[in-house]
Amino acid sequence: MKIPYFPGCTLYNKARGLDNSTRASLAALGVELAELPQWTCCGTVFPLARDNYMGMVAAARILAGVAGEGEDRLLTVCSFCYNVLKRVNYEMQHNLEARQKLNDYLEENYGGEIQVVHPLEICKEDVGFNAIQAKTSRNLKGLKVACYYGCMLVRPALEMGFDDPENPTIMEEMVAALGAEVVEYPHKTTCCGSYQVLHENDLVRQRVRDILNSAVAKGAEAIITSCPLCQFNLDWLQEKILELNTGFRQIPVLYFTQLLGVALELPRESLGLEQHYVDPRPLLLGAMPPLR
Amino acid sequence: MGESLVPIYIMGKRYEVPEGLTIMKALEWAGYQLIRGCGCRGGFCGACATVYRVPGNFRIQVGLACQTPVTPHMTLMQLPYFPVNKAIYDLDKVGSPLETLLQLYPEATRCLGCNTCTSVCPQKLQPMYYVAAALRGDFARAAELSFDCIMCGLCAARCPAQLVPYNIAIFVRRYYSKHMRPKPQHLKDRVAEIRAGLHDQALAGIAAASEEELKKLYLEREFEKL
Repeated sequence: MKIPYFPGCTLYNKARGLDNSTRASLAALGVELAELPQWTCCGTVFPLARDNYMGMVAAARILAGVAGEGEDRLLTVCSFCYNVLKRVNYEMQHNLEARQKLNDYLEENYGGEIQVVHPLEICKEDVGFNAIQAKTSRNLKGLKVACYYGCMLVRPALEMGFDDPENPTIMEEMVAALGAEVVEYPHKTTCCGSYQVLHENDLVRQRVRDILNSAVAKGAEAIITSCPLCQFNLDWLQEKILELNTGFRQIPVLYFTQLLGVALELPRESLGLEQHYVDPRPLLLGAMPPLR
Repeated sequence: MGESLVPIYIMGKRYEVPEGLTIMKALEWAGYQLIRGCGCRGGFCGACATVYRVPGNFRIQVGLACQTPVTPHMTLMQLPYFPVNKAIYDLDKVGSPLETLLQLYPEATRCLGCNTCTSVCPQKLQPMYYVAAALRGDFARAAELSFDCIMCGLCAARCPAQLVPYNIAIFVRRYYSKHMRPKPQHLKDRVAEIRAGLHDQALAGIAAASEEELKKLYLEREFEKL
């Protein structure tokens, strides 16, 4: 199976590990990702003003381009890209004025025919968690994992149509298929503070601390996510949190594709596990194949 | 060239010029003396970017004045120069190339992806895509996509986000060439030969040659095979 793939800008630098582990783990499951030959930034944030069509141009062009190649799906893994592409696609399907304005400008005739898909959906619906379970080596047995969705993957519910927006379980289903232990905790869809980290650092740090403490209190040894910004906030703010809070216990925060890659026993250099602040490798060492 | 004259509008004023002239020759035929906005006259230097429209087409059109023939009723203006801010940098002191790029040209992130730059590039490049590649740190791709840029200024003139795509691109190509792209082996070998003095004698021979000998050497020179 071959699916057009939109990596997104962050996956080309800060979140290299997300890109590499997504390509490697999906390839191991028989899904080949074909990166779009030309692409721009998706726009990063879906415009909140309903008539800000300029903010939708880039995403609409990307989607129309994929449709023009005769494809019917586009895969992206970054939660922000997924959110923007999917919501602009929704506008193209349901907002006639937006569709006409954007098509007039782009000189395209696109009506939202592309289905924007996430690797979690591919794992569940195309590959199947049973098939994934059969391919794993059970090397994660006993590892306690908390799944973190944040906002972008699941909200707003109508446009995103991704699992249950209040209580999504798709990542937990995958963790169970990988043979690890799911940790339930109340903050899996709490916003991490997102890009407010740039000017409201204290506020975001407190939110992150609450999320992490909640997962750790429930026994989690690692947190997984699909969002580069959630990963950054949850992982890289731990240095300062530790400095300010005696007794704070650090916890590795990795991408779900990295955990998937470990379970599939992929070469560790293809997973980018060394790119995090809290190093997940000691925890996963027992599960890791030796360095080649 | 035919005898018939065609009407064109240079900065709004009507002139009748012989058909078949390039815009540049038509300007001169009409009496303009080109001091700026005219360089190689061969389509390479980028000095004579011109914007024009023709009746019945709402689109702005562009071309190099030295390469584009006049057509009846075209209304045109030359763009000899477009004001842009040029960053100063020392390539040997650049740390993270992407972070440096964003410090030198922070407006780069304002790109909306409207693609207006591509629609006006007389070189048929796709500035939007080389800017996008640069912004994600893919300097190899950005360098490749922008290689034929002649820095005519048209994309900067039209960008609604006020980027200067070609200044971004030239930083990328400079950095890429100096620090990222592997140096070709034949170049390394030749530089080592020169440093070792292997060609000193031949050079001294040329320097000491008479004019007649030089002419003969020049005519008999070997061309490098492409």
